[in-house]
Amino acid sequence: MTAKPRLAVFKFASCDGCQLSLLDCEDELLAVAGAVEIVHFAEATSRMEPGPYDIVLVEGSITTPDDAARIQDVRANARFLMTIGACATAGGIQSLRNWADHQEFLQAVYARPEYISSLATSTAIADHVPVDFELRGCPISRQQLLEVLVALIDGRKPQTPGHGVCLDCKRRGSVCITVARGVPCMGPLTQSGCGAICPAFDRGCYGCFGPAPQVQPRSLTGHLLEQGAPPRQLVQLLRNFNGFAPEFRGESERLISQQET
Amino acid sequence: MEPARTIQVKVLTRVEGEGALFVRLRNNIIEDVRLQIYEPPRFFEAFLCDRSLEEIPDITARICGICPVAYQMSSVHALEAALGIVISPEIRRLRRLLYCGEWIESHALHMHLLHAPDFLGYESGIAMAQDHKREVARGLRLKKHGNQLLDVLGGRAIHPVNVCVGGFYRAPRREDLTALIPDFEWGLEAAMAATRWVAGFDFPAFRQPCELVAVVHPDEYAMNEGRVTSSAGHSWPVDEYETAFAEEHVAHSTALQSRRVPGGTSYLTGPLARINLSRAQLSPAARRLADEIKFESPCQNPFKAIIARGLELVHAYEVALEILKTYRPPVPSRIPYLHRQGSGCAATEAPRGLLYNRYTVDATGQVTASRIVPPTAQNQRQIEQDLRDHLPGLLHLGDAEVALGCERLVRSYDPCISCSTHFLQLKLERS
Repeated sequence: MTAKPRLAVFKFASCDGCQLSLLDCEDELLAVAGAVEIVHFAEATSRMEPGPYDIVLVEGSITTPDDAARIQDVRANARFLMTIGACATAGGIQSLRNWADHQEFLQAVYARPEYISSLATSTAIADHVPVDFELRGCPISRQQLLEVLVALIDGRKPQTPGHGVCLDCKRRGSVCITVARGVPCMGPLTQSGCGAICPAFDRGCYGCFGPAPQVQPRSLTGHLLEQGAPPRQLVQLLRNFNGFAPEFRGESERLISQQET
Repeated sequence: MEPARTIQVKVLTRVEGEGALFVRLRNNIIEDVRLQIYEPPRFFEAFLCDRSLEEIPDITARICGICPVAYQMSSVHALEAALGIVISPEIRRLRRLLYCGEWIESHALHMHLLHAPDFLGYESGIAMAQDHKREVARGLRLKKHGNQLLDVLGGRAIHPVNVCVGGFYRAPRREDLTALIPDFEWGLEAAMAATRWVAGFDFPAFRQPCELVAVVHPDEYAMNEGRVTSSAGHSWPVDEYETAFAEEHVAHSTALQSRRVPGGTSYLTGPLARINLSRAQLSPAARRLADEIKFESPCQNPFKAIIARGLELVHAYEVALEILKTYRPPVPSRIPYLHRQGSGCAATEAPRGLLYNRYTVDATGQVTASRIVPPTAQNQRQIEQDLRDHLPGLLHLGDAEVALGCERLVRSYDPCISCSTHFLQLKLERS
């Protein structure tokens, strides 16, 4: 019998919600903890073993010079490195600073900006080191997290869907709120994983799982503009938790440059 | 002069977020105690400006994955104050139910997985489960109930999607809530058993009188509404909060530290503050249990916050059950409103303590200014003060034991460092 895989969790700039998803697997937590050795997971255990690790979950984005160095060290100690959540895969909500004046942000929040060491940008882990697998979502889906962990333990390929939220809405039987009520909804552009909860709660999707593969944001924004949605609202919809994901970023920048010309 | 001695715990574990602690001693005299929060700043208050006010509860939720509802509650109440929206009693009850879900999830997590291992000598709740399977499994089931309630009311447990300015996007169906009742009836009993269990732990003898601050309401154990009240005999309407409490930026922390004005002294928020200020308003089962386990009044031992969390867990179950049993969907589920220029603030009780929010909005519905004061930022200075007073009793021990003793004390506050911005490391220097 081979030894149990050594699992580690590392946090960068984030809210802790994605790593909490592991503890939120209440029914499976003890079984998971039995199938792997949790050797570094500061939020859950005082056990803090050095690498190398077989499976590393990385939460959060890179926003400080120290963290830019630390992720290199984490990568060097990781056999399989998986990013969990929108911060780690796209820079998170804090990537809004990427379009702003960082000094202005610092001064707005802190009385003594000279005490703070922070980068002008918030960037995804994959911008710094090679990533073996990305789990999307703000927060991630705990079912998807379990699926990936079980697949890794079993040595098979994880099955996580790549279709859009729109398809989940149809499966769920939710009425399309964009068609029926004209509510701007990111469902057509957003990757599945949440269970299409927002339209089921009578509101538009805000894209927390990030762009689905091969999306054409322009066709959706064009339609919504025709319906009378203000361009500013569409820019804000594109620029939230996954705003710096390339597809969303490109479209929000295009909308802004279009307004300026 | 003798050199200073340094003891270091690089990462404080079993807390939310990342931080450090620095202690310097010379000849066993404490020279410096600093709770260091190096959590990378995320600049929420800066980027909330220029966003539509309708987006604010979705964005502030992302300040903390463990208490997103608290951020949603404080922000919607503050925005409603700015817009002059008065919510219906039915919406108010539904928000109280949602908050119960978060208190249950957060308190059950902290009690069982984060804090109890300190008293029983384990590195984690998972390791503790090998010898205390029944208690850990019970705790996980309690935690799950809180998450199930958030799932039904908000679509998901972390960053729920149903809270909006004015109420809820959609009222939950009665049958979906009624279906939770049998689990919650089991949970009420189980929460009482869990509280009796933690009340039987060995607690370090440590008494720390300090100023306690919580939202207090005349008719109920406050969650979403009330006056900001201090054990020193003061109370303020929420819009005077900033006259009594100020934030200071210190070099060793990316979180701003709160202090009382005038005087600059520390104070404590959270479950111990709430129970000491509003014990008579706990639900009947929680009140009876507090008497049964002879929970002292006032309780001034920060390590006993785990018992206070247990009593609040019982309370949250009983309040939730009452709402679940009498629920009628609010009509409308959200109060309509018009945009207008204005400013408003609110304080609600997050699982970890008082959470203050203030916003200014313009006539087009954009936020133009925001201020967020999380519970851990307010408790930071008190934590440092408590460490200073607790340390002399530990100094006869070796470095590792001193470090562990300090970590245990810090953990008893259930610090939420992502909220305040985060990273704890214990570094102890002594000669």
